[in-house]
Amino acid sequence: MRHDRPKNLYDKVWDAHAVRDLDSGATQLLIGAHMIHEVTSPQAFGMLDDLDLPVRMPERTFATVDHIVPTHSREEPFEDPLADEMIRALRRNCERHGITLFDLHSGHQGIVHMVGPEQGITQPGTTVVCGDSHTSTHGAFGAIAFGIGTSQVRDVLATQTLAMNRLKVRRIQVDGELQPGVYAKDVILHVIRTLGVNGGTGYAYEYAGEVFDRMSMEERMTVCNMSIEGGARCGYVNPDDTTFAYLEGRPYAPYGAAWDEAVARWRSLASDPDCAYDDVVTIDAATIVPTVTWGINPGQAIFIDETVPDPAQARNAAERASTEEAIAHMQLTPGAPIAGTKVDVAFFGSCTNGRLGDFVEAARVLRGRKVADDVHAIAVPGSQLVKAECERLGIDRVFRDAGFEWREAGCSMCLAMNPDKLLGDQLCASTSNRNFKGRQGSPTGRTVLMSPVMVMAAAVTGRITDARTLFGAPQEVVA
Amino acid sequence: MNGLPPVRSVRGTAVVVPGNDVDTDRIVPARYLKCVTFDALGPQLFYDERYDENGAPKDHPLNRPGADEAKILICGANFGCGSSREHAPQSIHKAGFRALIGGSFAEIFFGNATTLGMPCVTLDPEGMASLRAAVQREPELEVEVNVEARQVRAGEHVFPAHLPDGTRGALLEGRWDALTDLLTADAEIEATARRLGYLPSGA
Ligand code: SF4
Repeated sequence: MRHDRPKNLYDKVWDAHAVRDLDSGATQLLIGAHMIHEVTSPQAFGMLDDLDLPVRMPERTFATVDHIVPTHSREEPFEDPLADEMIRALRRNCERHGITLFDLHSGHQGIVHMVGPEQGITQPGTTVVCGDSHTSTHGAFGAIAFGIGTSQVRDVLATQTLAMNRLKVRRIQVDGELQPGVYAKDVILHVIRTLGVNGGTGYAYEYAGEVFDRMSMEERMTVCNMSIEGGARCGYVNPDDTTFAYLEGRPYAPYGAAWDEAVARWRSLASDPDCAYDDVVTIDAATIVPTVTWGINPGQAIFIDETVPDPAQARNAAERASTEEAIAHMQLTPGAPIAGTKVDVAFFGSCTNGRLGDFVEAARVLRGRKVADDVHAIAVPGSQLVKAECERLGIDRVFRDAGFEWREAGCSMCLAMNPDKLLGDQLCASTSNRNFKGRQGSPTGRTVLMSPVMVMAAAVTGRITDARTLFGAPQEVVA
Repeated sequence: MNGLPPVRSVRGTAVVVPGNDVDTDRIVPARYLKCVTFDALGPQLFYDERYDENGAPKDHPLNRPGADEAKILICGANFGCGSSREHAPQSIHKAGFRALIGGSFAEIFFGNATTLGMPCVTLDPEGMASLRAAVQREPELEVEVNVEARQVRAGEHVFPAHLPDGTRGALLEGRWDALTDLLTADAEIEATARRLGYLPSGA
């Protein structure tokens, strides 16, 4: 591929997938992979039926079930008749239209943003969409990946295209060394805190620099996953050898001569060294400390050794009002340390941190310890493949012996669409990505977002705790 | 898919919902998202803010007399952030609203609302404050969102409103549901897929 001027990955991929300009000023964009799940697709299939339209590229449409799946038992019919109706609707729609479904008993079911990468469907330089805002996860592979609404799911089913406006691109450059005990989750929580929950509106985020270069694919997925929490519809990391090593041999990855060709093409799609960006933000990795949220959006976050903000010190009236609202909901004391706050539930899972590497690292610190008596702790692998691999490695035993419930794959307590929910005003130390009011199933429930190792520390002590002091700093630094 | 009605202006009474950064989980609590059609979502709008744990109504603007007649929802900044689920704008639409006026809107929400023919216009902070005050003072006040003129009128107040050109044009020309356009490019889709190489062509 030849370029007249240096381009970033976003612009290269966008230009390659642009079908034409529309009168509205938007671009008609071709979609490489369309992931669907049970919650946002049935209405779209209904709209398609009303218009009497077929699915344009069923072979580029992939389905799984995740949001409503109970994680304590896979027995069907589900106890919840509405959940049961949703899974049956998905099966019917996939069958009718010839769409591949990674179903409950396939051994490959899982959270939709885990299934795409695991199967090798998510590839560099492609466009990936799904009726789910955490589709940004797939950007870890150097894809342009973003969440869409149900009417757009209909559009993609009907035409394999979407009307989209080109985003601006902000490069987020994090160089230097992370301190021991600081993880990918801390990096992205820090980015969101720094730039704000809507700082990314209108932008795609390119995560670049030494820290992201060193990260594993799983860690890059953790980062890209939460782009949307910073207002950026998509976020990506340029593809490199780490990306290719992850993809090689996966079911949908090219093989043989096609593999070598693909790698060469993917490499050429990375941002050119001297390309332009609409904005560049640089962060020194060494300044990042394990981070936890104190409020009701993911940008309301502080370092573990900081104190809860005081509304009296807010910079303006709007910030004061939102700080007050958050502190009232979270039942925290302004000016008090966040460490030491009592925890009722520990939730380990979700498309942010439900991958094998998360479980391996958490098991390393959990081994030989016990969950505090008054903490309800659940561990939910994000996919059946992760669950099977954890069980092969004996990681499930570490969790069970410590007092965690070991569950089946699904979204679980990340959101309240299945039986896993907070009760009353329980406070949950969670590896998930959203701490909105009511997110985990109880209108008064309280969510504190943090890294998997920090959730282990909270589970073991029953308090929000600095994992570095409890477990000691890890010997081998993980990016 | 042809012949969508143009959306030139929306007129009616308005309801003010409080707060900035109101996310889609608050607009429709996740437990109500288990539906295979959007038909029943209207009454679940802001459910947890409108009703207590026993289902008894709280003092919320949407529970006040006349709110069920309102056509215009007035909100704060970054409205509709969070999930991409279309349940949120669908619920607002099913509850009878046909336009929103706010400080700013989350991107995905804005697109989803536009696809329903529901304009989301923004005013500057002073405009928002006086509009809010006017409606709170006089709940029966007729408010007009004029897409054509990019204006909001409330009684004798007139506020300049912001709406991107592309969105305004799509609403005025009845092209707000993009599928109409998308369906007319089969040959181009085919050509782009072939050029990319990794997609099946000849479909
Ligand atoms: S794990 Fe949570 S964030 Fe991820 S897809 Fe499921 S519900 Fe959404």
